[in-house]
Amino acid sequence: MIANFIDGPLWYFSLFVFFAGVMLRLGSIIFSKHKVDLSVARGPEAPGAFRTIFSRFLPDKGMYPHIKLQVIAGYIFHLGLFAVIFFAAPHIKFFDEHFLGFSWTALPHWGFIFAAQLAFLGLILLWLQRVINPVSRLISKTGDHISSILTFIVLLTGCLALLESFSSLRLLHRFSVELFLIYFPFSSLMHAFTFIPSRAFTGAWFGRRGIKS
Amino acid sequence: MSERLEKGLTALRGQMDSKVESFFSSCVNCGICAESCLFYTETKDPRYTPIYKTEPLRKLWKQEYSFWGKFSSKLGFTKTFKESDLADWEELVYDGCSMCGRCSMVCPMGIDIADIIARVKQGLSAAGYTPQDLVGAANRTLEFGSPMGNILPALKAHIKHIEADTGLTVPFDIEGADYMVTISANEVVTFPEYIGAITRIFAHANVSWTISSEAFEATNSGLQMGNNTIATELVGRIVAAAEKLKVKNVVSPECGHAYAAIRWNGPNYLGKKYTFGVVHILELLDELYRSGRIKTSGMETSRMTFHDPCQIVRRGGVAAQPRELLASVASDVTEMSDHGRMNWCCGGGGGVSANERAEELRIQVFNRKKSQLDEIKVETMVTACSNCRTVLEDGLDANDMDMEVLGLTELIADHLVENEALVGS
Ligand code: SF4
Ligand code: SF4
Repeated sequence: MIANFIDGPLWYFSLFVFFAGVMLRLGSIIFSKHKVDLSVARGPEAPGAFRTIFSRFLPDKGMYPHIKLQVIAGYIFHLGLFAVIFFAAPHIKFFDEHFLGFSWTALPHWGFIFAAQLAFLGLILLWLQRVINPVSRLISKTGDHISSILTFIVLLTGCLALLESFSSLRLLHRFSVELFLIYFPFSSLMHAFTFIPSRAFTGAWFGRRGIKS
Repeated sequence: MSERLEKGLTALRGQMDSKVESFFSSCVNCGICAESCLFYTETKDPRYTPIYKTEPLRKLWKQEYSFWGKFSSKLGFTKTFKESDLADWEELVYDGCSMCGRCSMVCPMGIDIADIIARVKQGLSAAGYTPQDLVGAANRTLEFGSPMGNILPALKAHIKHIEADTGLTVPFDIEGADYMVTISANEVVTFPEYIGAITRIFAHANVSWTISSEAFEATNSGLQMGNNTIATELVGRIVAAAEKLKVKNVVSPECGHAYAAIRWNGPNYLGKKYTFGVVHILELLDELYRSGRIKTSGMETSRMTFHDPCQIVRRGGVAAQPRELLASVASDVTEMSDHGRMNWCCGGGGGVSANERAEELRIQVFNRKKSQLDEIKVETMVTACSNCRTVLEDGLDANDMDMEVLGLTELIADHLVENEALVGS
């Protein structure tokens, strides 16, 4: 009965909340008041926006030695997570059957283990940095910790489900993913989407002034 | 809720737009921005973390504009805003931020943190949480035309000397001039040699220029306070004078925030496009140099570096011109480790230097510049902002550092090829 609920209504509900919520959040950026700049531009905005969307993937050279941990842990976590989400065999099968109708090459088992370990390591390092570093400790909100914990649980249950392949573990994983999807649009997890307009706004501003950002 | 709190919150609400929405939606509280800010790196006080300075606006956004905020307030769970939510940020925002914008260059989410801090100032200023020194400077400018009072007599006295020394005429209120020059009060009071320098350079390059006796002061305390009404009034005076004299261009002084106010913010304050162009003095000098109208001779041989004024370089886009100009008169120029768009602020921008209360902190954060200078061991530091110059000199004094600070415009003037034919023309 619980299994049916998790695989059925709750799954559809979480998908609905996720997609509707993300659309709503992005819509509130697109449709909020946008001030028109009346000063004479020194350079074009669009290339500046485009440039900054990509340039901020890399830290400034002078800053890097001071933020090594965040950068390395951030990369390890995000790359590991990306690989696990999109290249784990059960996920590809799931996307194929439920959404896309096609599949692609999955990571070998050892590749999955490696990617998952990277994601765990990155996530744990980032979270430790969050609680130990006085700056991140001061500025972090409850929501940041909830996001970290939820992501951790999703990863953990996913690994257990894959390794042990008990149905109850698969269900637990699915349930945690549902919680994650429901929480996503209302949290800073939204940065996965909003970093694009955010970088674009700033890049356009700098582009207008003839500055590389 | 008190009236001042209500006023502050109303002003903050007026700041919400698509940028604020996307910026606050993106911040992951990673803390990276702290390492870019001299107020944090030199004090190690986490409260000086750039994004933390935006907390009043962020809290309001979260409470009134985010889903959770709206949802919890429907359920009656919202924490009410207290006066301390604004009052406690006055020191952080006005004393502990020079609006240098370095943080905006490093945020991995691309958040323009300095832009949000400027918006927070709007709320604090509306609620009356602004340092008294800035309020006083703004009032003096409104009443007497400059933050240092009525400086027209001082300006005229300097000009009399310049005219006597050079045999040149400083043109006042000339209709139809190509360039209407604006000045900062600090240039009149502390560095009057700047006015002599532009007089000689413009005569040398045969530039058609003028000064308006009605509006020559370009600094803008309204911008520093975060009071758009005052900022608009002050920019409006220059615009009115430029329109009255039907000049083709207004020249911003070296002063960084004056440039930001007249060049970038002005049309937005006034809600209209200008009928004239605005150039920074360095842009104009560089243009004159490139077109061969400025001819220099001789080279400075002392070991020099250039300090980038944040509002001119990082936030203003005038980065190549000062370097080209300096290279034309100095043979031994060494860049600091972080320079150009990633320079470190002198510590006195954004109204910090006008705020006596912030002096100790300002001297403390000068350690960042000191470390940069210690690395390259130069004899002379050249800059292009009279405010930076004063702050740099203070910092050098406080650290017993024996280093000369020069203004770039004066340096160019000192190397002009003598042209006797121009004298007296
Ligand atoms: S660097 Fe950007 S994302 Fe990180 S805490 Fe600062 S503002 Fe937020
Ligand atoms: S604008 Fe400059 S001084 Fe202000 S918070 Fe950002 S880095 Fe610090």
